[in-house]
Amino acid sequence: MQATLPKSSAKKNQRMTRISQYVVLSILSVLVLVPVVMLTFAALKTRGEVMATPYTVPVPAHWENLTFVLSQSTFWEMLRNSLLVMVATTAGVVVICSLAAFVFARMHFRGKDLAFNLLTLGLMFPINVAILPVYLVLRQMSLTDDLWGVILVQTAFQVAGNIMILNGFFRSIPNELQDAAYIDGCTTFDFFRRILLPLARPALSAVAALTMVVSWNDLLVPLVVINSEELWPLPLGTMQFQGQYGRDLALVSAFVALSAIPAVIFYLFAERQIVSGLTAGAIKG
Amino acid sequence: MRATPVSQDTAALEEPGGVSPRTQNKLVIFLFLLPAFILFFVFLAYPILQSVYYSFFDWAGFGPAEDFVALDNFRRILTDEIFHKAIINGIIIVGMSLLIQLPFSLALAMMVGRDLPGRAFFRTIFFMPYVFSEVITAIMWSSIMNPDPSRGFLNAVWTLIPGAEPILWLAEPGIVLTSIFIVLTWKFFGFHLLLYMAGLQNIPREIEEAAIIDGASRPQLFFRIILPLLSSTIRTSVYLSVLGSLQQFALIWLMTKGGPVNASEVMSTYMYRYGFVRFDLGYGSAVAIVMLLISLLFSVLYLRLFRQRDYLSGL
Repeated sequence: MQATLPKSSAKKNQRMTRISQYVVLSILSVLVLVPVVMLTFAALKTRGEVMATPYTVPVPAHWENLTFVLSQSTFWEMLRNSLLVMVATTAGVVVICSLAAFVFARMHFRGKDLAFNLLTLGLMFPINVAILPVYLVLRQMSLTDDLWGVILVQTAFQVAGNIMILNGFFRSIPNELQDAAYIDGCTTFDFFRRILLPLARPALSAVAALTMVVSWNDLLVPLVVINSEELWPLPLGTMQFQGQYGRDLALVSAFVALSAIPAVIFYLFAERQIVSGLTAGAIKG
Repeated sequence: MRATPVSQDTAALEEPGGVSPRTQNKLVIFLFLLPAFILFFVFLAYPILQSVYYSFFDWAGFGPAEDFVALDNFRRILTDEIFHKAIINGIIIVGMSLLIQLPFSLALAMMVGRDLPGRAFFRTIFFMPYVFSEVITAIMWSSIMNPDPSRGFLNAVWTLIPGAEPILWLAEPGIVLTSIFIVLTWKFFGFHLLLYMAGLQNIPREIEEAAIIDGASRPQLFFRIILPLLSSTIRTSVYLSVLGSLQQFALIWLMTKGGPVNASEVMSTYMYRYGFVRFDLGYGSAVAIVMLLISLLFSVLYLRLFRQRDYLSGL
């Protein structure tokens, strides 16, 4: 690339840019991590230490608040509720979206465009905008204060985007494969289940990972749907915990840190899937 | 091709009851689309239509809606100064996102480039805030933005500057939107960075190299080659950013409840206040319909504008 420049100065130049790049990126990384570090510090201090010296490294670390939160059954209940909602929502989204995307990507029928446009219209109506109308319907169906209400709504509002992601992926699988399968006597359903789905595993795991993040972090749907304390998922429970113990910053931080750990661990393991799902959804052209 | 595992059990795959493949296909189409359509009608189409109906009533949510008020709710929304404020605040947040957050993410993506060693490591850190829930984000930042320098880290750093007074990040009407924007940027710049990095990766290296051989300067390379080739990624990121900013709820509600004195009110906090705090469901429905119309208007406008542009550039 630097063929036009004399070699030594080009090299020196390049090293300088590299160094400045790393400096900028490192400063930015520190800035991004400040809130996380502060939270961790506070979670490992006593209430008095947080008041007196909030910015110092917690040496020696105090694990009392963390163990206290973990010894309460409420934390585990919230964790269970969150897991339950997340697993059911993700299963629903993956199944429903792969069925529908298969039809859109691989079959022909009259009114296909209309059906596709209708289903993906949901992209323009995010749940935050539609929550009140949806709440009214849930109430009529007696699905308020019920985790099924949360699961169904979360699933319904994840369908549009994920159909688009899977549709794009299913289309990229060569037609010859389908023809060959049919010649071999495959029915449409067999082709879907035995050939397409196994091939689509990366796309399916991307969709699953994305849905898991969205469901796990969702506050609004449980906030309007759930009343009973024993049904609170983690975000809602964390919010209520903060409201109740807000004065004890160390305790709240311990709770928040613990509720963040599953998401961080999941992120570190599934970063590739989350990233590929997001970019596939966005760069669909 | 690799269809061999299928052919060996074709015998087991006979059509049930001798249905013709064509009817069978119709059945597949119907059954496969059914769940998605049920969810669509039950949780999207029907709720919206029903809210259109309720928006013509004064209705506290119990018993049938009987107090028909025609367009009064809409008149009230359109003349309510707080709703105006919510719209303006939304536009300000959108504007800051488009003018500051996205260019910043793009510049960063350019800087990280294609082959900086360790780029994956930085991406992991920058994108991490995206996976934190809004509740966690709000609690972390509320504590950092505590006005007392001995408790809030931001002011602790800020007041190191001689003569600097502590900033009331979340309590000063002129500042609160900027504070919210800082938090939103912290949470979402990594997402846009990700999109741009993926978009840059899609630009063939040969094109850039050819331009450099032809003597293109760095600005020329950026404005004439990279930016146009990145345009579809940029459009997507703009679209997601606008739609995302318009529907921001949890962060703002948790950090400021729309305050102080409505200085950080946005449409969704406004709707939540009327619909779920005051339980004025007729009025709340009308607000929801207005929000839906604004979202729809933006989406239609966006599609119109850019589908056409794409078509023209294809000529």
